[in-house]
Amino acid sequence: MLLEGAAETVRLTALMLALGAAVGLPFGVLHVYGPRILRVAVLDPIVVFFRGIPSLVLMMIIYFGASEIGLDLSGFIASILAIGVRSGIYQSQIVRGAIQSVGSGQMLAARAIGMSKWRAIRFIVIPQALRLALPPWSNEYAGVLKESSLAYALGVTELMRQGRYIVARTFGNSLLVYTVCAAIYFVLVFLGIRLLRKVEQRFSVPGFDAAPQGRAFFGRDLESSR
Amino acid sequence: MTSFFEYAIEIAPVLLRGASMTLQIVALAIVLGIALGVLVGLARVYAGRTAYAFCTVYVEAIRGTPLLVQLFLLYFGLPSVGIYISSFWAAVIGMGINSGAYQSEYFRGAIQSIRSGQMLAARSIGMNRRQAIQSIIVPQMLRRALPSWSNELMYMIKYSSLAYMIQTPELMAAAKEMSAQTFRTFETFLLAGLIYLVIVAIVSRALMSLENRIKIPGL
Amino acid sequence: MTDLTLRLEGICKSFGSLSVLKDVDLDVNKGETKVLMGPSGTGKSTLLRCINLLDPPDTGRIWLDGREITAKGINVDEVRSSIGMVFQDFNLFTHLTALDNVRIGLVRVKGVDKKTATDMAMEELRRVDLAEKAASYPAQLSGGQQQRVSIARALALKPRLILFDEPTSALDPELTGEVLKVMSRLAEDGMTMVIASHEIDFARSAADEIVFMADGRIVEKGPPDVMFTSPQQVRTRDFFRRIGERH
Ligand SMILES: Nc1ncnc2c1ncn2[C@@H]1O[C@H](COP(=O)(O)OP(=O)(O)OP(=O)(O)O)[C@@H](O)[C@H]1O
Ligand SMILES: [Mg+2]
Repeated sequence: MLLEGAAETVRLTALMLALGAAVGLPFGVLHVYGPRILRVAVLDPIVVFFRGIPSLVLMMIIYFGASEIGLDLSGFIASILAIGVRSGIYQSQIVRGAIQSVGSGQMLAARAIGMSKWRAIRFIVIPQALRLALPPWSNEYAGVLKESSLAYALGVTELMRQGRYIVARTFGNSLLVYTVCAAIYFVLVFLGIRLLRKVEQRFSVPGFDAAPQGRAFFGRDLESSR
Repeated sequence: MTSFFEYAIEIAPVLLRGASMTLQIVALAIVLGIALGVLVGLARVYAGRTAYAFCTVYVEAIRGTPLLVQLFLLYFGLPSVGIYISSFWAAVIGMGINSGAYQSEYFRGAIQSIRSGQMLAARSIGMNRRQAIQSIIVPQMLRRALPSWSNELMYMIKYSSLAYMIQTPELMAAAKEMSAQTFRTFETFLLAGLIYLVIVAIVSRALMSLENRIKIPGL
Repeated sequence: MTDLTLRLEGICKSFGSLSVLKDVDLDVNKGETKVLMGPSGTGKSTLLRCINLLDPPDTGRIWLDGREITAKGINVDEVRSSIGMVFQDFNLFTHLTALDNVRIGLVRVKGVDKKTATDMAMEELRRVDLAEKAASYPAQLSGGQQQRVSIARALALKPRLILFDEPTSALDPELTGEVLKVMSRLAEDGMTMVIASHEIDFARSAADEIVFMADGRIVEKGPPDVMFTSPQQVRTRDFFRRIGERH
């Protein structure tokens, strides 16, 4: 049963991350290359909003806001929307940072051989930026996985809720059950990060330093969801 | 049905009472977190092998699992071995332990960014290790960690909303309770969200000006 | 015997398999200024750090004012507080003002009360001509000023001996003068000093003895006029010729 919950947690996480990537990449690119007015008037306030509001509240707003306008979202969908978009905003910041550290020389060189601005972004800057973005992105993976536990509040039967059911049904030892839940999360975080490191190595380019030394066990970027 | 604005004014007292509970939890948790964070951060740089291993297990166990599980373990788990903690203190302790793990990493990073010459110079004027750590390393560490530390405070404010799930009567719980009475759930949570935003904005402004005020040239 | 401040006997030091100091003997009398010279990597810094036990020697013995400081049961912190050290890159405490940098050793190590310590620290800042910079933080001072503060920091503890590790090599040429001036004044005042330095002119005028090191050994030593004009060893001659060309 806990494994069923774990599977649901993995599904949630995957969908949240996917939605986040779909939002984050274009947002990140726009943030760097879009018009200044868009950045100041739209993107920055959105970032401030999403950094200041708890994911749990965001979930509630989306869930109940949808039913307000006659849209009946399941808890599953509402949590994915809330945390997915939240993650998208964070991911846009990762993408932005990565693009900025690619450096303007690359862009200049691409323009110099006659590429248009958008082609240069597409074929020169983004491939490099994505490599740079991988290490902080694995941190975001861990954050989203952990935050997926909040779907518990909307009745989604993910890992935590399965744990709760087991405790209720069997009058089981709750300390034991939740410790097992914690262990499952830990293993998922650990395995995911190992996997992403493999990906990093797979795509690493000699002389292109995407992974500086001295990284912490779970990624060096400390700004992570809980 | 009253307008959103009127409704907001009507339920504000209840929500603000919840918010004050939120702030109490955050304040206590952050203090516990600093204490743990400084100790663990220092231990992971300066202490022996056993302490290092012990602290590493703590930090990675916390960072590798959701805060929600940690709160559940404290509040629902501990009673099965006969330890009962009130929901308020479970929230404070849980968030404090959680924050301590993350903060220790800020502090550790800050210590490692201090040039080794500082320790050398301290030892050369006859300070022992403890004195050097205490009066040279720690003050510099605290100042260097300040920016990430104000980040941490934002996180704590936001994640204190999880205390709601272990029945602490803070802001989220107040919003839930009000919406059960008025059935205006969406507006209530929207309002709660705004309150979180305002708290975060005020605190981050305050910390920024504090940072500027105690800034030391070149540090 | 009474005026022997420092005695080194058979100092050896290795880092892993790299043997850096090989059987170094040296006597420094009270009030003497010795300048250590020699090619890069010969172990001058290492020797200085052995003397104040920041990097204790592997073998060999060191006496300070007749007391063996390499003996067992010696309080190394107390030893270090009676030997000043001035570093190439200053190492001023970045979070403290100039005054606090000078005062902290008095307050934290010697336990002097704050008011007396302040007076003593101001006195030392005056000695390096920096009284008016007492409230500045290191980042607000020029390199030369920082180095003078760090000299004051060493002086404040009333050391028996001050060690200088290339105190001017991190400085722009126009700033070295002010630091060397302070050091010359200390030499005249009878401070006992061991200085690693490449400053020929300073060494000529301020040193009582030049100690030439190469490959972890003392190759030759003698008064400046002899060492600079007619050294006995080929390596010494080559070294000074090369240094001379740079000037
Ligand atoms: N802590 C250490 N660990 C390993 N090797 C060291 C250490 N400190 C110094 N060494 C090595 O010892 C040798 C002597 O170094 P030292 O710094 O004493 O030379 P130096 O005479 O001061 O040279 P310079 O004029 O460049 O300052 C060098 O080869 C150096 O690499
Ligand atoms: Mg040296």
